[in-house]
Amino acid sequence: MTPLAKLLEAALFASARPIPTDELAALDADASKAAIAAALDEVRRHYDVDGHGVELVEIGGGWQILTRAEYTEAIERAQLASRPARLSAAALETLALIAYRQPLGRAEIEEIRGVAVGSVLKSLHERGLIDVVGRGEGMGRPLLYGTTPIFLEYFALRHLEELPRSDELAVALKAEPRPL
Amino acid sequence: MTDAVQFGSYTADGASPAPSFVVELTEFSGPLDLLLTLIREEQVDIYDIPIARVAEQFLARIRTMALNDAADYLEMAARLLRIKAQMLLPRSDGSEAWDDPRAELVRRLLEYQQMREVVDVLERAGEARRSRFARAYIPLAAAPPEAPLALSLSELLAAVDRILRTAKDPTMHDVIARSVDVPGAIILIRALLALRSHALWTDIVKRDAEPWQILSTLLGLLEMAKMGECTVLQPRPFANVEITSDAASEAA
Repeated sequence: MTPLAKLLEAALFASARPIPTDELAALDADASKAAIAAALDEVRRHYDVDGHGVELVEIGGGWQILTRAEYTEAIERAQLASRPARLSAAALETLALIAYRQPLGRAEIEEIRGVAVGSVLKSLHERGLIDVVGRGEGMGRPLLYGTTPIFLEYFALRHLEELPRSDELAVALKAEPRPL
Repeated sequence: MTDAVQFGSYTADGASPAPSFVVELTEFSGPLDLLLTLIREEQVDIYDIPIARVAEQFLARIRTMALNDAADYLEMAARLLRIKAQMLLPRSDGSEAWDDPRAELVRRLLEYQQMREVVDVLERAGEARRSRFARAYIPLAAAPPEAPLALSLSELLAAVDRILRTAKDPTMHDVIARSVDVPGAIILIRALLALRSHALWTDIVKRDAEPWQILSTLLGLLEMAKMGECTVLQPRPFANVEITSDAASEAA
């Protein structure tokens, strides 16, 4: 590996969170954007081609070293690490709506889901998956929610556009062409 | 009302497992979910829902699930019954102008179904991420609390006896706050400097001096240096402080 690739690998190893590309670039002031991208690709290929137990994954505009899925069970059985708790169906439904229609208020979510969502919003907010991104124009100027970088991290998404576009979904709304 | 019945202050609809006791009454995440399930089970066309049959099924499900107090479900039941009634109204001949009372419900169902599709995508993505670990600072497992002491009275008395024998002279001390005596210290230093013009810190502070005495002497010495009665010099850190009387040179 090139010295730059080794430097990036060391930084990625040391960090507990995905490192954004610009922070990786700051590690070496002389390295160009293209050089950083090439070095990242080198690290990724190094793990993939040589057959390592970890892989380099792009998440939320950053990069992170993750263990490969096939070793999860053994790691968890040995109690070296444990998986985060699964989100409930109610939480996933609420997140799905916010991800597609943000900024979105509580009333709209309740209208679509057909249930009260106050406690779901609270716990999603506590977990850092959503945040208040503004206030609506309606009565009482309701809080509007949006997804956070932790949301991308939780689902290992590079960006929101990685989610299927609404016209790619099997059920596309024909009656009302609003973007879900 | 949320998807599950609530008791007190805990949340049943939360994303993280609520710490308190939660009763999941249903596998459905809401009335629309239940409705979609019924439509799927009945294998009917979502654009042509046999409202009477579905409404009946819906009410039956609510009853068996003891969800009578779930307002969200009851609201949907009422809506279904209203649509059912509207469907029974005689239509005018101009069927083109007929507004299908089910249209709004169909729109909501489709919208909900689309959201569920996204939920599936998120669920798969979340599982894929959950099955890989990041480099992380694993928090140290909290030490389990020590087991409560299980002692008999005789064991306790034996322990007290052991401690009392270890302590040779268990005298009790009274702690008395002593204020520093700076004027007293100054008188002492002046008396010493009157005898000889040069002195050391160790000359003015006795080896067995108590903290309040050391402090008094130090403050007195600084006070005298400030007033020009003596010069205080410490050649290097922690070295003995040399005190030279200026008053003596004046008098000379």
